[in-house]
Amino acid sequence: MTAIVDLDGVTFSYGDTVAVSDVSLTVEEGEFLGLVGPNGSGKTTLLHLMLGLHDPDGGSVELFGRPVEEFDDGGRIGYVSQKATSRGGAMPVTVRECVTMGRFAHAGRGRLSETDRAAVADAIETVGIGDLADRLVSELSGGQKQRAYIARALASDADLLALDEPTVGVDAESRDAFYALLDELNGDGITVILIEHDIGVVTDRANRIACINTELYHHGDTESFVESDALGEAYGATGQVVHHHH
Amino acid sequence: MSGETPTDGERDRPRSDPVGPGRGLRRTAELAGIGLTGVVAAVMLSFLLLYWAQDLPVASELYAAFRSIGRAMDAAFGTNVFRHPIMWQSMAVGVLVGVVAPLVGSFLVHREMALIGETLAHTAFAGVAVGILVTSATGWSGSLLLVALAVGILGALGVQWLTERTDAYGDVPIAIMLSGSFAVGTLIISYGDGLTGVNIQGYLFGNLAVVTPDGARLMGALSIVVVAAVALTYKQLLFITFDEQAARVAQLNVTGYNTLLVVLTAVVVVGAMQVLGVILVAAMLVVPVAAASQVARSFRETMYLGVIFGQLSVIGGFAVSIGLGLPSGGSIVVTAIAVYLATILGSGSSVKAISTHG
Repeated sequence: MTAIVDLDGVTFSYGDTVAVSDVSLTVEEGEFLGLVGPNGSGKTTLLHLMLGLHDPDGGSVELFGRPVEEFDDGGRIGYVSQKATSRGGAMPVTVRECVTMGRFAHAGRGRLSETDRAAVADAIETVGIGDLADRLVSELSGGQKQRAYIARALASDADLLALDEPTVGVDAESRDAFYALLDELNGDGITVILIEHDIGVVTDRANRIACINTELYHHGDTESFVESDALGEAYGATGQVVHHHH
Repeated sequence: MSGETPTDGERDRPRSDPVGPGRGLRRTAELAGIGLTGVVAAVMLSFLLLYWAQDLPVASELYAAFRSIGRAMDAAFGTNVFRHPIMWQSMAVGVLVGVVAPLVGSFLVHREMALIGETLAHTAFAGVAVGILVTSATGWSGSLLLVALAVGILGALGVQWLTERTDAYGDVPIAIMLSGSFAVGTLIISYGDGLTGVNIQGYLFGNLAVVTPDGARLMGALSIVVVAAVALTYKQLLFITFDEQAARVAQLNVTGYNTLLVVLTAVVVVGAMQVLGVILVAAMLVVPVAAASQVARSFRETMYLGVIFGQLSVIGGFAVSIGLGLPSGGSIVVTAIAVYLATILGSGSSVKAISTHG
């Protein structure tokens, strides 16, 4: 197994507020990792640290086996931020234009090639929104928007999908369909890291769980998470913090 | 807000976007508009070139032909305008502004950086003030806009530096910079009062007569630079405008492209200041793009329509300015706003929210 993400003793603060403290964990290739924790527990910050959007104050981060600050193969990661999906802005961008952005990490300055166009069309079909390719992203429903962003990741041939609360504001039926799609992609070998506030969804879908509240309370397979009381500890009482350095 | 977000159940709700022949027609009209704009811009650029090179053998004949066309236009419209090369060079600046301002504005507006355009205009005004001092010291009139350009670009880099270091309330330092640089400009102008015969009111409100041959040539060169820069970095600018964090994860040099965008803005602002004036210049970055965003069905279309609406505003504004003897800046902006209102009526939808906060 290859480590896709490797955190070792990572710490990060916003000014005097510690957001992530001494977190060590590894995401292996093909995993479906659910990242859970209460509001303000540092989930998004931890994901940002994994992706190199923040520089850690302490510890080290490796992406695809390279120190994150040296990592330069952006096409391998498909990232869907919270902001992207909650954004109600009026910027007129079509689904096709949005998905095409996934090719920009590969394409140079020139025009897009036929390969690029084909990859974009494929990705849009794969997520099942072929009929919406020329619609504006701002006009889509929450679930459709998510699919467009996932298609963008697929178009870039991403090996890792990082999703930050992708189904906020999405109705239950579309959410189930969306997670079925994630399952399918994970089955095809794409590693998934998912931040999700609904613990039920995570334990249904993910095969690994990391539970954090500034510190790491649990990291392991889903069964052991369900059996443990990490959840109660992270969400309320002070409990045992997990340190597993490698 | 842009109306309600549809739920998934409404997936197949019919839309107002034209399909089939309607869409084809629309596309043809857009391409025709862009083509026409391109031709007009090319004519204006060649005029600037001929005006510059009028003493050279071949150019002098072409230049003479140009002037006779101007006289013919005057005869046709009953005006006393087109025979004067000075008018042509002002119109050239206007037409080029109508192309490059919406081009850069498309990214600026949707990055919610419109206030930055306003700020850079005021910074450039301080640049004009410094330029007046330099001009009075060196006696070279061409230095005025070059100094304004240099100060504008420095201001752009300063704005970029400020926005990167301030997350919350990021527009406060920008607003301070906006009024601060204007204040410095007024102080320098008062200090240097009477040093030169520069028409400072022209730079404030925009005036066709402010345009100098050097200024027009500078605008010509800058326009080519801006169009080339946007064409080369369109994809990257689009990505960081639409989803900056994802662009960062995709290893795009977001800071670099942001810097490019503010520097291009400064370049456009300094060029456009001649006909629009410091106070109104930001309108050209924003209003045609806002109008285009009302009706556009893609980002590419936003840029096309922005340029077309920008051109309509400039030409319509010039017609008002020349016909009624009014300042060009106000005429162009009022025309642009008329176009904007027409797109709201035409699109039949509510006003789309586009923030102007920096």
